[in-house]
Amino acid sequence: MPFRRFSKRKAEDAELASELQAHLDCEVEENIARGMPEDEARRRARVKLGNQTRVREEVWEGNSLAWLEGIRRDLLYAARTLARTPGFSMTAILVMALGIGATTALFTVVHSVLLKPLPFPHVDQLVSLREADAHGNVRDRAVAGGNYRDWQRGSHSFTSMALLVNYGQYNLSGAAGALPERIDAQVATASVFPTLGVKPYLGRFFNASDDRSGANGTVVITWGFWKRRFSGSPSAIGSTLWLDAKPYTVIGVLPEWFHYPDAKTQLWTPLVQQMPPEMMQSHGAHNFWVLARLKPGVTEAAATAELSAIQAGIRKRFPDGPISDAVSSRPLLDEAVHQYKPALFTLLAATGCLLLIACLNVANLLVARSAARRRELAIRMALGGTRLLLIREQASESLVICALGGLLGLGLAYLALLAFAETHLDIPRADSIHIDLPVFLVAVGVTLLCGLIAGLIPAIGSQDHQVVRVLQESARSSGGQARVRLRRALLALEVGLTVVLLIGAGLLLKSYQQLRSVNLGCTTQNVLTMDLNLPDGKYQQPAQTVNFYEQLLDRVRRLPGVRAAALTTDLPGRGGEDDAFTIQEHPPLPKGDWLDADVRWVDPDYFATLKIPLVRGRTFLPNERLERRHYVIVNQALVRQYFPHEDPIGKHIIDENNDDYVSGGKLIRPRTPTGNEIIGVVGDTRDSVNGPMAATAYYPIFGGIQSSASLAVRTQGDPNQLALPIQKQIAQLDPTLPVANLMTMDEMIGQSTQQSAFNAFLLLAYAVLSLLLAAVGLYGVLAYLATQRTGEIGIRIALGAQREQVMRMMLVDGLRPALAGLLCGLAGGVAAAQLIRSMLYGTRPFDPAVFAAVTAVLLAVSAAACSVPAWRASRLDPMEALRTE
Amino acid sequence: MVLASLPIEHLGESMAGKSSRAEMLQGTLDMLILRTLVLGPAHGHTIARNIEQTSEDVLVVEQGSLYPALHRLEHRGWLSSSWGPSENNRKAKFYKLTPAGKKQLVAETSRWRQMAAAIGRVMGEAEE
Repeated sequence: MPFRRFSKRKAEDAELASELQAHLDCEVEENIARGMPEDEARRRARVKLGNQTRVREEVWEGNSLAWLEGIRRDLLYAARTLARTPGFSMTAILVMALGIGATTALFTVVHSVLLKPLPFPHVDQLVSLREADAHGNVRDRAVAGGNYRDWQRGSHSFTSMALLVNYGQYNLSGAAGALPERIDAQVATASVFPTLGVKPYLGRFFNASDDRSGANGTVVITWGFWKRRFSGSPSAIGSTLWLDAKPYTVIGVLPEWFHYPDAKTQLWTPLVQQMPPEMMQSHGAHNFWVLARLKPGVTEAAATAELSAIQAGIRKRFPDGPISDAVSSRPLLDEAVHQYKPALFTLLAATGCLLLIACLNVANLLVARSAARRRELAIRMALGGTRLLLIREQASESLVICALGGLLGLGLAYLALLAFAETHLDIPRADSIHIDLPVFLVAVGVTLLCGLIAGLIPAIGSQDHQVVRVLQESARSSGGQARVRLRRALLALEVGLTVVLLIGAGLLLKSYQQLRSVNLGCTTQNVLTMDLNLPDGKYQQPAQTVNFYEQLLDRVRRLPGVRAAALTTDLPGRGGEDDAFTIQEHPPLPKGDWLDADVRWVDPDYFATLKIPLVRGRTFLPNERLERRHYVIVNQALVRQYFPHEDPIGKHIIDENNDDYVSGGKLIRPRTPTGNEIIGVVGDTRDSVNGPMAATAYYPIFGGIQSSASLAVRTQGDPNQLALPIQKQIAQLDPTLPVANLMTMDEMIGQSTQQSAFNAFLLLAYAVLSLLLAAVGLYGVLAYLATQRTGEIGIRIALGAQREQVMRMMLVDGLRPALAGLLCGLAGGVAAAQLIRSMLYGTRPFDPAVFAAVTAVLLAVSAAACSVPAWRASRLDPMEALRTE
Repeated sequence: MVLASLPIEHLGESMAGKSSRAEMLQGTLDMLILRTLVLGPAHGHTIARNIEQTSEDVLVVEQGSLYPALHRLEHRGWLSSSWGPSENNRKAKFYKLTPAGKKQLVAETSRWRQMAAAIGRVMGEAEE
């Protein structure tokens, strides 16, 4: 009610004015009717009615809220003061906008990705489970199907459990004429949706009879896929999708909000139906992960301990082979995002630093302003202005700056997030990144907090209660020392934070550089790559697969501009699988121990195509294929690790795990249990740009047991020119076969270092910005000092001081806070570097080059910032200076 | 209790004043306005004139008190207002008694009666 009156008081005032006028008119008419001349009538009426403005003021005040009025007046006054110095105001507002914008944007990302709970009922009961080792050395190992069975039977801590695996991609071949597509899918046991607590939008989810070996194929589709592929028609239920050339009946549609585990996933198929029965029994074939819902009241730790005991029992029953003896767990959200935590929190901390620097800078500028207005404030206080009133006035100035900055910053954050969402689709839950109410409230809170910090530091630091002293003070006296000290302290803090940011940015940048220049162990120049996946339904016999591979290579190699072409299951830098093995010629290992190496399947020309050197022995022969595939080539890392003092050629590697294997979630046919003869040794390559040179065993892809492969083509000129001709060749061989991830090796490396580039460059941008702010701050303080000491410097020069001396004196004065800040910053940088350790690659946290470079840059920039006012001071004309009073 | 809320000194001044035209008291003015509007809707000028005439020019209504009072009464919901043509065809703001205003008038009238009687008794004793 009072607020409505308050907001409508202008309109009411206007109405009252016309009402009073009407009253006056009536009075005049009456007077005229009494026979007065018009002038006299008007005058008498006015006299009788008295002061109209007084009436209006009284009503106006009755409609006002005193405190709101006070704030309004303060803000108006502050706005007017700021408008008088547009340069200062614009700078301050922009600085705050950048700080608040960056903080809001980063907080939005952190909030959406890391903090917001997953949209499932009682989400705190959901955990992910993986195998681990009892000594705590290994956690997050994939779960074997047999273990899942035993956990399910033996445990009492869970209401339900589901077994899942990221299937990778299905080839979706449409009805006649529709384009073939690669579709991301998850494979999970029927219990997955009940465990998550999801209800179907349409149709039903899997039941036990769908999810058993030998059942007909069924598929649950996401809402987005349903809209896109079936235009949201209910008749989608019951229709057939051809996935990897096998028929699947669509039985259900997920609700629109369901984007688990990521936005890419579009299909779900039943796991037991998809996987071979042996895999569901095996205790050593680690392929899956487990999602489970805790019973109410059961803690995660207790449940994990129960499962660990079960797993230790399994280990006792099967002392051989790669079988785990413990279980590790995480909250479900952590499962998806734990790898993004350090980077996002580092960036958020850096943004906080930037914001603090921005605040300090604005505070610093305000201190300078209030110093200039010292006398004015003292006079006002002498005239009865209370200290609180004056503080409120100063604080409102910084609040206005921060509010405008915050508004602008929110806009910046919005734009930044648009750009971020487009470039970071790989981050889980990227689709949920947007500014919502909590984020908005945080932004408003941050803005107010900044306003208070920036406003209260100068207000509280001032000593204006010594009114008389200030008023008596002549311009030449050393008044304002407290302010200078305050500004120096602020500045040192600012410089310190800048140094921390610079060090962080320097370390990340160096890591990024190391990553980019990393030697994968093969050529990356002019190499075009693409992924193929031969559907099991169509390529049932190994011979069919091999036939396709051979024809493809033959056709591609004959294209003009192609230097070499090869097939592999996993390219260097693209990860891949590893497996357990033993060496036939070596003494048997203790029970339950096994060796481990990465495994790849390649064609005979693979090493020549990627220029991986053949160190010893030979590569595969063309006739070492299909049944004659018992040969293996190893890399130097494997020789160093497992054949340190002997000749590996002619030795035999035995697959230790005789279960069926899964590669990228896909079944491959059993490997030979007899040994594979080592025929050659090749140079090392890396699985990932930031990974080590791992021990690797290469098997012949022409064995025909691998249905997915990457084609690598080394070309004469620009590799992209060959993309189309190669795709045409593939289409001629199999028109239903889609091609995925078509890119050059260099692009691939660029992609895998993108995240680290993003972190490094963002932090660098912050660091440069704060360096600029610190420089402005240094300049400001010294310029102010110089003006304040004009008289003193004038006297010194008049008495014969050399200009160089004056300049040196001023420089030292200005550099002192910078040096203090630098020392604090270096100390802080060492601490910060420890915190971002996990994000560094090939760079020590205490990297002398980075620390030296930061010190040098900071000194140079502060010297430059200080030299201008120092030089100006040394050029003072003494007469002029002394006259300035 | 009730007595304390009445500014007696004003009352005394007006009664003892040389001018027979008395100044208006705030609480009293509100009551008089409400009473005047029982006769029907009226605009500010009519209200003032009406009070003056009915009191045979003993009470004079200052514009400076009238309009803030009207405003106050309207905000309390005792009056409603609308613009309309006055008797000599000018635009004027007419005030009308609301049901709440009528109730308030009843309450104030009885309060005033008690008050006047009480003051009367006090003054009567003093004179005797």
